[in-house]
Amino acid sequence: MAGTAVRGRLSWQTATVGSVMDETARVRTLRLEVPDWFGPSAGQHRAGQHVDIRLTADDGYQAERAYSIASAPGEPLAITVERLDDGEVSPYLTEQVRTGDQLEVRGPIGGYFVWEPGSGSGGPLLLAAGGSGVVPLRAILRERSRTGNSVPVRLLYSSRSFQDVIYSSEFDSPPEGVKVIYTLTRSQPRMWQGYARRVDEQMLAEVAWPAADRPLAYVCGPTSFVESVAAGLVKLGYPAGRVKTERFGATGG
Amino acid sequence: MDEETLDGNAIGGLLMEVFGAEMTTAVATCGSCGAARQVAELPVYMPGLGTVARCRSCESVLMVFTKVHRVTCVDLMGLASLG
Amino acid sequence: MSPVSRGFRRKREAAPADRVPPGQYVTKDFPVLSAGPTPHTPLTQWSFSITGGSETKTWTWEEFRALPTEQVTTDIHCVTRWSKLDTMWEGVSLDVLLGAVEYDARYVLAFSDGGYTTNMPVADLLGGKAWVAYGYGGGPLGAEHGGPARLLVPHLYFWKSAKWVRGLRLREVDEPGFWENYGYHIYGDPWREQRYAGD
Repeated sequence: MAGTAVRGRLSWQTATVGSVMDETARVRTLRLEVPDWFGPSAGQHRAGQHVDIRLTADDGYQAERAYSIASAPGEPLAITVERLDDGEVSPYLTEQVRTGDQLEVRGPIGGYFVWEPGSGSGGPLLLAAGGSGVVPLRAILRERSRTGNSVPVRLLYSSRSFQDVIYSSEFDSPPEGVKVIYTLTRSQPRMWQGYARRVDEQMLAEVAWPAADRPLAYVCGPTSFVESVAAGLVKLGYPAGRVKTERFGATGG
Repeated sequence: MDEETLDGNAIGGLLMEVFGAEMTTAVATCGSCGAARQVAELPVYMPGLGTVARCRSCESVLMVFTKVHRVTCVDLMGLASLG
Repeated sequence: MSPVSRGFRRKREAAPADRVPPGQYVTKDFPVLSAGPTPHTPLTQWSFSITGGSETKTWTWEEFRALPTEQVTTDIHCVTRWSKLDTMWEGVSLDVLLGAVEYDARYVLAFSDGGYTTNMPVADLLGGKAWVAYGYGGGPLGAEHGGPARLLVPHLYFWKSAKWVRGLRLREVDEPGFWENYGYHIYGDPWREQRYAGD
């Protein structure tokens, strides 16, 4: 069994697109069927991990990208992809791909930006998402629900507008113990009472758990977002070792 | 930090390919300044010609990966240790 | 054998027939590709040096900008397979810079802020083939593309056009630079598709 698991992790496997769902105008979730995606007893992956996706054109050209897993362990494997205007892979995955299409998957990958019950040794969770950085954090929230875990969570989610919020139906009625705080940086609905600017130290001071609560933070999104939020949390007294970061490079949001 | 810069999370798959194991939680110690950090937190540059992981403290090159005619070339000489 | 992902293709523009070396495609983008963080050397601290000749020759930014300059329109070819046509630059020819030095070395190692290096024969910098460019597209060269000044050697793959260049070391031997050490071709002629060592 262990040998099979290792082979599954290291090699590319053919995946079939099972279904596609548009989350927003630029964002789509793809459910992937992978025959050897870990044994059924193994729980499949850890919340926060990603997969590498590889596409092959009919002239043999290949492109690889990493996408965070949007589903919790035990759920059907899903990735959520944001279309980048000058991208090569994301426009294909968000606009052209259909049920039944094939691509290759490698993974799950990652042992650092992961959460399971017990991570953080009892302290509350601070999740900070910039744009599509919300994807692995959503997997963490789904895993928290799936395992019946009750650690208190605050999710600070920075998005350009309310139309760009991914998984809004889940976040509009969050589970017990989870608080979602949006900041909409470019445009806000009429009568919006919430934050309307990029995350800054003042906002973090108002939203983040106090350092004395021994929180564990996960920060994910564009590189500039992650740098700014991580530095802000450390300034608030979070030990650097309790701020986990995953930088998505130069992306929207 | 430049907008395009990634971190060691992005090379988890590459490291699995090269080392045969999950390496993003391994501690990389810089051979130049001695700073020690998990691989996941290192700044990573992927300019298309190869992949370069640097020390977050002094920016020295720690690891370089290139793929030349399907053979992966790995240079870890910037590291004092990895593990 | 990887399965084909239906309908997936590389991003590409139409390419005029003999403008583009083998294996390249044309792009209107100008990708920012770097092996390290963008340096921000203040112009007051910037200099360009040529060492390894009978004497080291150094120009400050003011001295460099006082040299005769040229406007150059040229195609550039990246080893990652994109080519960009009719790019417009402004810079000082290496004929002018090397003309100020006495030397008999046959090779150079170009070096940049941040530690990047790349090598080439001196002959490939002479005869109107290379510049130290400080202007791009009608304005100052942006830092992400190598400003305040970068090497521009468009007849070779673009990794040889070192961003943030600070000088040349004249050498008797063709010493491999950063990417050349990791398997990229020591010379890098796009028209002979010299991408990797041994090609």
